[in-house]
Amino acid sequence: MKVTVLAGATTKFGELWDFSPRVLAQQVTAQVLKESGLAKNKIEAVFVGNMLSSSLGNQDHLGAFFSEELGMNVPAVKIEAACASGGMAVHLAALSVISGQYKKVLVLGIEKMTDYKPEMVNSALMGASSDAERETGATFAALYALIARAHMEKYRTTEKEMAQVAVKNHYHASLNSHAQYTVPLTLEAVLKSSVVASPLKIFDCSPISDGAAALILSSEKNTGSDIYIAASAPSTDTLGISQRDDLTSLKSAKIASRLAFSQAGVGPADIDVAEVHDCFTIAEIIAMEDIGFFEKGAAARAIYEKKTWLNIGRPVVNTSGGLKAAGHPVGATGVKQVVEIYKQLKGIAGKKQVKSSRIGLTHNVGGTGATCVIHILKKN
Amino acid sequence: MSVGIISYGIYIPFNRLKIEDIAPVWGKKPSDVISSLGITEKSVTAFDEDSVTLAYEAAIRAVKSADMSPSEIDAIFVGSESHPYAVNPTSTILGEFLNVGHDYLAADLEFACKAGTTAMIAVSSLVLSGQIKTGLIVGSDSAQAKPHDVLEYSAASGSAAFLISNSKKNQIAQIFASTSYSSDTPDFWRRDGVRFPSHGGRFTGEPAYFRHVENAARKLLAKTNLIPEDFKYCIFHMPNGKFPRQIAKRLGFTQKQLAPSLIVDYIGNPYTASSLLGLAKVLDVAGKDDLIFMVSYGSGAGSDGLVFKVMRDAPEKKSADVFINQASRKKYISYVEYLKYRRKI
Repeated sequence: MKVTVLAGATTKFGELWDFSPRVLAQQVTAQVLKESGLAKNKIEAVFVGNMLSSSLGNQDHLGAFFSEELGMNVPAVKIEAACASGGMAVHLAALSVISGQYKKVLVLGIEKMTDYKPEMVNSALMGASSDAERETGATFAALYALIARAHMEKYRTTEKEMAQVAVKNHYHASLNSHAQYTVPLTLEAVLKSSVVASPLKIFDCSPISDGAAALILSSEKNTGSDIYIAASAPSTDTLGISQRDDLTSLKSAKIASRLAFSQAGVGPADIDVAEVHDCFTIAEIIAMEDIGFFEKGAAARAIYEKKTWLNIGRPVVNTSGGLKAAGHPVGATGVKQVVEIYKQLKGIAGKKQVKSSRIGLTHNVGGTGATCVIHILKKN
Repeated sequence: MSVGIISYGIYIPFNRLKIEDIAPVWGKKPSDVISSLGITEKSVTAFDEDSVTLAYEAAIRAVKSADMSPSEIDAIFVGSESHPYAVNPTSTILGEFLNVGHDYLAADLEFACKAGTTAMIAVSSLVLSGQIKTGLIVGSDSAQAKPHDVLEYSAASGSAAFLISNSKKNQIAQIFASTSYSSDTPDFWRRDGVRFPSHGGRFTGEPAYFRHVENAARKLLAKTNLIPEDFKYCIFHMPNGKFPRQIAKRLGFTQKQLAPSLIVDYIGNPYTASSLLGLAKVLDVAGKDDLIFMVSYGSGAGSDGLVFKVMRDAPEKKSADVFINQASRKKYISYVEYLKYRRKI
């Protein structure tokens, strides 16, 4: 697989009350067009990653909604895979250029969440879960709390180790002007924060956010860009967690990682920088193990010992601040992860730049792992 | 012609509920809630009190302390967001109880927490235009909050009444400037027939409270050619303990100018009565020629700004009805009693 990334950009993430989805799409698309030097009539298709436009925004026809806004009479489609909608949109956009049907396509990941009451957002997000989980009144915080508890029991993972994930990602976000939270957190602040679903506290959880991210992908040779997608691998698993053999690992993430490493011809040890789906702090610990960066049960201690921190360890994980601190506008997240790795490999990641990074990975999860999309990017 | 306040009266219900008694019910640490909101306790109406009875308690004190007959009142405007009736005015019930007679203009106003200051601007304008000589304005609320909503920690009860007149005799403070700033900003609302208000969380802060209060305040300073240092006191709407302190600082007022108005530290947020009770508390201590700067805030959204010049020294012997005395007469109730008094169980 070789799909070139011509440009990548995000809006600021956060409570963007003054910006509608149309404005966010305009802003981020203008940035990638400018960066790539392309006129908009060169874009042959638009792939929109979004989860909640239907349940919150009452807008189902999202492909045309944005192609109209952008003034592009091209094929445009919404791709929905819960919080992995963005990653899945990148996957399908990549396939579309590999097929030869299109030469240049726009991927737009976008979500508007903070205009709605938190209980409405929570209820809409539970659309990603199983019927049984909804009927019990579970929330994603509750489901990940069960996962955290299982991990703590099996591997002696501690609340302090989980809290360190938040501390790291807030530190990285403090170097990212587009992050929702740019203030560093202390371990004590995380541990003392209000309990949401024990053992998860408010600072173990990613926020509700608005934001958009965009990429321009191409299948053409000699585009002038030396950053390309070397692997694009989604996988799926049961919607609910009750049917799974093991709560301490996401099967979809393990399968997708194996596939991606095979496609790219590299292994976990080759990855310099990664963006993983830390919707809750425990999720980053499990991601590290599922991808294979650390042995099962060893990731929490490794993160605690700063082995994935900027300028300290390798691979550096969640340089953007992750979902936890950069924000989690769900449909935008998977696209933003690829944008961040693209910037890292291109050497334009600013204060959060990982030196000499040539291979990067993204890990985007939908639900509690019913979908996982892994991408590996390389620099020529 | 000038217009001013010739008397005022306030009423704070007897019952208090401590934040430390609410927070544990919902699994919150009291210290977290108290430090986050800057509120320690709130006033609560008894089982037989509502916005009408609160309004009467404040208004009768204002009328009694004025050297005039109730029949001289030409207008009654009552601001509240908890009028007991959707249709049937609080203002006429109040007029009847006060024995005002029937030759008066009556109206209820609703604009979230600023309806009382809007009533003050409307009535003072009627006075200045010569339409009436004396009018009564009241801000009264028995504030609603859904159990487990963050509003539950702050939503309180109280009332304040002011007689506004062209009479120079016994004038307490002259109203010499006003301004307003309004926009369609959906930060907090309650539809007809719905028992509890909804709100937009953090959206109630920067784009709502701070934007409107700051704009009204800056307009008022520009209109009067005054600067914060010219004022002895400042008063801002107090939805919690933090917002008024933050906006005062942002506008260049000192905490010393603000402190005498902070009724939120004693009783929480009695919605429409908040800034008016702050004004009453300041008038309890203000001296001749002191200037007072006040900006209210009502969700939806708007702010009214008013400047007062105090025309007399505060009496040395404090009445039993001044704010500090009423606030100190209290009885603490449990969370369960609160639920009962507020008809939540």
